[in-house]
Amino acid sequence: MNGLINDAISEIVDGKRVIVKKPELLAPAGTLEKLKIAVRYGADAVYIGGQEYGLRSNAGNFTFEEMKEGVEFAKAYGAKVYVTTNIFAHNENIDGLEDYLRGVGEAGVTGIIVADPLIIETCRRVAPNVEVHLSTQQSLSNWRAVKYWKDEGLDRVVLARETTGEEMRLMKEKVDIEIETFIHGAMCIAYSGRCVLSNHMTARDSNRGGCCQSCRWDYNLVEMEDGVETAITQEGDSPFAMSPKDLRLLQSIPGLIELGIDSLKIEGRMKSIHYVATVVGVYRKVIDAYCADPENFTIKDEWLEELEKCANRPAAPAFFAGTPGADEQLFGVHGKKASHDFTGLVVDYDEETQIVTLQQRNFFRPGDTVEFFGPKMETFQQVIGTVVDEDGNELDAARHPLQIVRFKVDRPVSKDDMMRKGL
Amino acid sequence: MKKPELLVTPGSVDELIKQIEAGADAFLIGEQRYGLRLAGEFTREEVKEAIRIAHEHGKKVYVAVNALFHNNIANELDEYVTFVEQAGADAIVFGDPAVIMAVRETGAAIPMHWNPETTATNYYTANYWGKRGAVRAVLARELSMDAVIETKEQANVQIEVQVHGMTCMFQSKRPLLGHYFEYMGKNMEIENRQGAKNMLLHDPERSNKYPIYEDANGTHIMSPNDMCIIDELQELVEAGIDSFKIDGVLQTEEYRLETTKLYRKAIDLCVDQPDQYEDEKEDLLEAAEALQPEHRPLDSGFFFKETVY
Repeated sequence: MNGLINDAISEIVDGKRVIVKKPELLAPAGTLEKLKIAVRYGADAVYIGGQEYGLRSNAGNFTFEEMKEGVEFAKAYGAKVYVTTNIFAHNENIDGLEDYLRGVGEAGVTGIIVADPLIIETCRRVAPNVEVHLSTQQSLSNWRAVKYWKDEGLDRVVLARETTGEEMRLMKEKVDIEIETFIHGAMCIAYSGRCVLSNHMTARDSNRGGCCQSCRWDYNLVEMEDGVETAITQEGDSPFAMSPKDLRLLQSIPGLIELGIDSLKIEGRMKSIHYVATVVGVYRKVIDAYCADPENFTIKDEWLEELEKCANRPAAPAFFAGTPGADEQLFGVHGKKASHDFTGLVVDYDEETQIVTLQQRNFFRPGDTVEFFGPKMETFQQVIGTVVDEDGNELDAARHPLQIVRFKVDRPVSKDDMMRKGL
Repeated sequence: MKKPELLVTPGSVDELIKQIEAGADAFLIGEQRYGLRLAGEFTREEVKEAIRIAHEHGKKVYVAVNALFHNNIANELDEYVTFVEQAGADAIVFGDPAVIMAVRETGAAIPMHWNPETTATNYYTANYWGKRGAVRAVLARELSMDAVIETKEQANVQIEVQVHGMTCMFQSKRPLLGHYFEYMGKNMEIENRQGAKNMLLHDPERSNKYPIYEDANGTHIMSPNDMCIIDELQELVEAGIDSFKIDGVLQTEEYRLETTKLYRKAIDLCVDQPDQYEDEKEDLLEAAEALQPEHRPLDSGFFFKETVY
């Protein structure tokens, strides 16, 4: 996308071009804890699920009370909260929708992310101050459909994952509406909303949050000729698979910024706080670095390495530069291990004694080399010395999840910084 | 009682003529550039020809423009919509709102049927598209009988439901068969099987075989069974459902014609001689079963199947 310069997004300051239209970095927040982490690590906005009408019935979804708390917390950092309300409703879901949307409105969220016009129209009526964003579940992939939703008064559209950068450019040129697009995370291999594999295979409604990811399963390919079957997948072959690599558009962030895309979205409400912190932290740095000095910007290897520390699938740019090839799918493997384990969350730090108080998240022991990272500090390596528990008893290892432990660190850390260990 | 329309999907103009004979009332045709999962490809000349013949016999023709469009084809829609209108089609079938924009901008005077496949799931949204010009909603196949009937009661638009045939479970923009062959190093296979319609995904755990094929709209995976509710039409007829569709994609012409004949008989009996329908519906179901290839059992789709989420 280089060379496509959209004038409205930059200015010359002291003879140097800087980006003035910085896109929103939008992060997933499956729980209140994840919301706080996402915001502290640099998200400009988060999206959460409520108790109903969202597409992750297994995620730790928010009560209205938690929504309010999340909104208050985010507000203190100047961040926004959106609520995913993107099921395709059945008649039986209509009852209760008004009350639900009023509750969402009263919680003070900025907007809802919606696929079904039922929910769009109902929100307008009962919670008119809440912005309405069209969900990727509508698989919006052309500028005329974008224009349709603009004319309908929507505030923002989230594009289909199948949209290329060139297609986004035309949409931006033709229609004046905020555009949000995915930059990172797991993806449907089907057009979103157009897959009911779960309904057929497990009687779970994928478009109401019941997706069981049948697209990640293995199948055998068979050819049927005049009633006679021939196996195409032979003994010893990798089975037929349609599992996509995860999306990673880190290298395309400059292109997306130059296109004037309004919001860059990270997938993953089911992911851990370590994942959210790592991915948000990296993209925060990339966006800030590019906007401050686009002409001298280069992608740093350390950013890509950082993402690998929490990546459990290989990554690819998917549709941004055109239809992805066979090499952007996973055959014979279902994923990989991240290069690092999340071993602890900082709950306190004593400057005088240089002692960190840490909540254990994975096994570690004295002598391990770990690294600390956080939103306001340079990542550093640390060899762990003596570790004690809450009562001051020395430990040969931190074995128990959520156990509180203490040890000395070489550099200052703060609450919500994280500790990870290379594998 | 109103007799619902029997809508079928012919593979060619020749077949359409035979389908008129077999008892069909209306036809869904088009080309894969604009329409999804059609039984055959109709050039523009063939669309015109099909409409002329159907109209001579008092039958209707709907043209499928229900793909998910990207910019390139969205730009062509004014021209195609104008063609469909001038060809005299009885309706244009859409899923993507880009088609509404094209109809508005060209001022084409043509009724619209809303068919977004899996996402037409409640009456409110059917009426929403009704307010924006649709005269009919084609319901998702994943709805229960009760939901279909309630939708009809609350809808201000005509309601079409599929009563027979394969249903689509999955559409990807990616060429997934080609990618598998490429991964296996079988480039020959890709060429030999371009457009092949005889491939199946075998799911050993469920002992199911799902038809899979590629076309201009990507990769499509279809249901392992054919839906058939030829013995359950009573409630739908009583509810006033406007159109019963037999989807004939990936079936043979002979299969499609025989199925049309069975449903013609079933609908006529159900409306005109309901007692007789009660007596004969099991036989009709058996006759439908006799048409099935061995690897494709019949079932009743989601009409009587609970889904959770």
